[in-house]
Amino acid sequence: MFFLLSVPLVLFSLGVVLARSPVRSALSLVVALFLLAVMFFLLDARMIAALQVIVYAGAIMVLFLFVIMLLNLQHEPVETARPGQRTIAGAFAVVFALVLGAVALRGLPTMPGPGVEVAVTPSFGSVESLAERLFTRHALAFEVTSVLLLGAIVGAVVLARKIPR
Amino acid sequence: MLTVVVVSVIKALIVIGMVLNLAGILGWVERKGSALIQDRIGANRAAIFGFAGAGLVNTLLADPIKFLTKEDVIPRGVDRLLHTLAPCVALFPAIVAFAAVPFGDRLRIGDMVVNLQAVEIDVGVLFLLAMTSLGVYGVVLGGWASNNRLSLLGGIRGSAQMISYELAMGLAVVAVVLTYGSLDFQEIVRRQGHMIGGWIPAWGILYQPLAFLLLLIAGIAETKRAPFDLPEGESEIVSGYFTEYSGIKYLMFFMTDFVEIAVVSAVVTTFFFGGWQVPFLASEGFVFPWGWSVPLPHVVVVLLQVAAYMVKVFIFCCLQVLVRWTMPRLRYDQLMWFGWKVMLPLGLANLVVTALVLLWIQG
Amino acid sequence: MTTLAFPDVAWLPLLPLMVIGATALLVLVADLFSEGPDYDALGWLGLIGLIVAAVCAALLWNQSGSTLAGTLVLDRYGLFFTILFAVGSGLTLLLSMNYLETTDIRSGDYYTLLLFSTVGMVLMATSVDLIVIFLGLEVMSIAAYALAGIWRTQVRSNEAALKYFILGAFASGFLLLGIALLFGASGETLLPRIGEVAATGTGEQRLLVTIGAALLLVGFGFKVAAAPFHSWAPDVYEGAPTAVTAFMAAGIKAAAFAAFVRVFVDSLGPLAGDWRGALWILAVLTMTVGNVSALVQRNIKRLLAYSSIAHAGYLLVGMVAGGENGNAAVLFYLAVYTFMTVGAFAVVIALGRRGQPHEDLDDWAGVGLRSPFLGFAMTVFMLSLAGVPPLAGFMGKFYLFSAALEAGYVWLTVIAVVNSLVSVYYYVGVLVKMYMAEGGVEAEATSARPYLFAALVATLAGTFLLGLFPTPWFEIARRSVESLI
Repeated sequence: MFFLLSVPLVLFSLGVVLARSPVRSALSLVVALFLLAVMFFLLDARMIAALQVIVYAGAIMVLFLFVIMLLNLQHEPVETARPGQRTIAGAFAVVFALVLGAVALRGLPTMPGPGVEVAVTPSFGSVESLAERLFTRHALAFEVTSVLLLGAIVGAVVLARKIPR
Repeated sequence: MLTVVVVSVIKALIVIGMVLNLAGILGWVERKGSALIQDRIGANRAAIFGFAGAGLVNTLLADPIKFLTKEDVIPRGVDRLLHTLAPCVALFPAIVAFAAVPFGDRLRIGDMVVNLQAVEIDVGVLFLLAMTSLGVYGVVLGGWASNNRLSLLGGIRGSAQMISYELAMGLAVVAVVLTYGSLDFQEIVRRQGHMIGGWIPAWGILYQPLAFLLLLIAGIAETKRAPFDLPEGESEIVSGYFTEYSGIKYLMFFMTDFVEIAVVSAVVTTFFFGGWQVPFLASEGFVFPWGWSVPLPHVVVVLLQVAAYMVKVFIFCCLQVLVRWTMPRLRYDQLMWFGWKVMLPLGLANLVVTALVLLWIQG
Repeated sequence: MTTLAFPDVAWLPLLPLMVIGATALLVLVADLFSEGPDYDALGWLGLIGLIVAAVCAALLWNQSGSTLAGTLVLDRYGLFFTILFAVGSGLTLLLSMNYLETTDIRSGDYYTLLLFSTVGMVLMATSVDLIVIFLGLEVMSIAAYALAGIWRTQVRSNEAALKYFILGAFASGFLLLGIALLFGASGETLLPRIGEVAATGTGEQRLLVTIGAALLLVGFGFKVAAAPFHSWAPDVYEGAPTAVTAFMAAGIKAAAFAAFVRVFVDSLGPLAGDWRGALWILAVLTMTVGNVSALVQRNIKRLLAYSSIAHAGYLLVGMVAGGENGNAAVLFYLAVYTFMTVGAFAVVIALGRRGQPHEDLDDWAGVGLRSPFLGFAMTVFMLSLAGVPPLAGFMGKFYLFSAALEAGYVWLTVIAVVNSLVSVYYYVGVLVKMYMAEGGVEAEATSARPYLFAALVATLAGTFLLGLFPTPWFEIARRSVESLI
């Protein structure tokens, strides 16, 4: 089941980066986010799964597509990088991948293998347990998020409204 | 394990059958209804071997055959993959959303208890919101992939409209959820089961009248039908986002509309009109406040409940057809004004008042 | 239905934060009722709020505690930075009240955004929860992105906002991934818990923490404009409205360092052996790149931008040195730098006029002789930035470099001192232009711009005070970092 989801997930994630047309890129991201939500669902995090779809796939990505369509970007001309840039970036990427791979290889043997049931309380992933964490342990973060959104709204309005004469 | 799978499959088939047939019936209701409203004879040409009497049945048969046998035109220069994908993306979330709504109470067959709800999930309300929020993609993709500026206009109008009204819808839903204290549709329906003072069914409409109006209006806006049919706007942009569609793909868009109507009706029924609850019907039979009681077998009770649910849903579908044929179309700025400056503040106010009242009640 | 036990809220640790936040909201609402084009009243409102917040913080100096499930702490480290941010933002407000007249920025939201940004900064300094630190950083940054682009009719302001936003978002990505790895290793986002895992965790846990730390280093490196993550700084500093640039150089840099030091010393301290080396390289690169690039700048804002990069390098030297002295030196230097750099930008503003920003060094020819006060002020700030005794900049560098020497980083100190010498060339170059060249422009009399004048006097006073009597102030900085180690 995991591979049934994770392989397309990785493929669509790659699609986000590799697709030439911005619309296809955005759509790949939508599918990837949706698959991620399904993964959350299988991990018993039902609330998170639903929120993932509502917020990311349903709201944010629609706005993305909306903007792409308004600008009517069909095929963005690919910016040609400076000659050395690609090599250097590639080298960094390879090094980073190697480091992560090394970590994964070192960490894997200690991970519980498939078939090992991880004990999960019945309330795991429920709305109640999420609310409890959110409004006790992370109460400050919750409040700060509202400040963040308010600040972002003010900023967006300032930048987007008509220039006063 | 096997029985669980079989039961799930059966429930899914029931829901799909229900929703697809309902969509077909609505197609006929819509034509007949519009004819009635416009004082003309409508939908009387679907004759089978010269027999046009059974209008409904004939239309149910004739419509799909007509669409299926039509040529599927794919215009030049379109994104073929997305063009084909769009109608599926539009139809799929609508049907799946319908599946989250329970159509009856628990059915006991021997030792087995079957929950008459295709998608059994404790965050059903969120699931529904998630699925409806995905509905936009059909419109967006259809509009974009058609390589037609009128389609694109329709797609852009549609996405802006759906995003705007989703907020009001979400706020109305949150207020309802707050009232019942649950995100589970079954739980919400059960809590509407008792009687206020023994006489009046404790349906949601009594607790959340404003939320009902908001949800119904936002729901109609989400279905993109008059008076909110700007994405199609046939007098301005031909047929909006599905201008370039024909044959079965057109049928799918067409059906999406009707399925969405059914979803809106189902949700309104569940939240505000007691879902499958029948007034005075308890699990053993009718118990009336004036003392009568009519004991009924379990199966009959359940069937009555399912029938009640269907009747309620159908009534709201008809209401929406009525609205569609009697209301003029809004102008675009009026649409946005209404969504953001009327619906949204009202929804917020409703939510705040609900929360305060609940706080007051609970002390 | 389950009932929630809301955590006990101790209000004292939240006090300065709430004062600034309330002020921001007050200004936002007051903006609705104020008719342009003069928004000085809003500036005053903000200023009063910041002063009240600073006084509250000062009064809390001997208190300690934490609130909201331990996510926000009341300690001297946080209070020190709260006061510093209030001062930095207050000075920026003063500058802005006159500066905005020379621009097309006709909006009271400017003040609101500035105050929101300050709220984020205070959160970064007072929280020990990585989630809240990140959110604070975003509150600060998003307001700053909008501020950078608030001069809508100026193309370069738009460009600055876009560059800042895109690179800032990129940096946030690094930070988040780092935080995620730390969370993965420890199962917590609270710094003390992560510190325990870093000290006593299993090999795998520590490996995860190390990689997380590396990613955090990149993220914070972006925010403090350390080379090689500095490339956004010159363009953004040049394009943003000058008062906003002053705010970025002083406030935002200080806030980034506040979180940087808290995270790395407080919780990743056990891994210091791993990250010191990386910071060493970063410090040397940053100083050198900043100073060498500054040599060839012809635009005063770009010059100050590269100078700001170089100063981030000096501050990193203090972090490498570590220990009580090293970290205290970082705090002290951040205070010093706030005064110097805001003062320098104040002079830049004083020279500009409506539609003529006069940011080219050639415009500055002879200004020192024609406007003696501006000349004097700029001389003080340039010499202080270069590190000439007896000004504050010298004392700051003295503490930084001696801490590095004490900790045994001889080569690092030598490189830092050589860099300081190089920097003298371009700082004095500005002065040479101001006093020994002919031409240039006429500056408006400072007496016609009372707020600007006040800001200049305040920054001059700060620069002298911290330079002539550094010991009590350094003692305060030392007390502030005591709680960290």
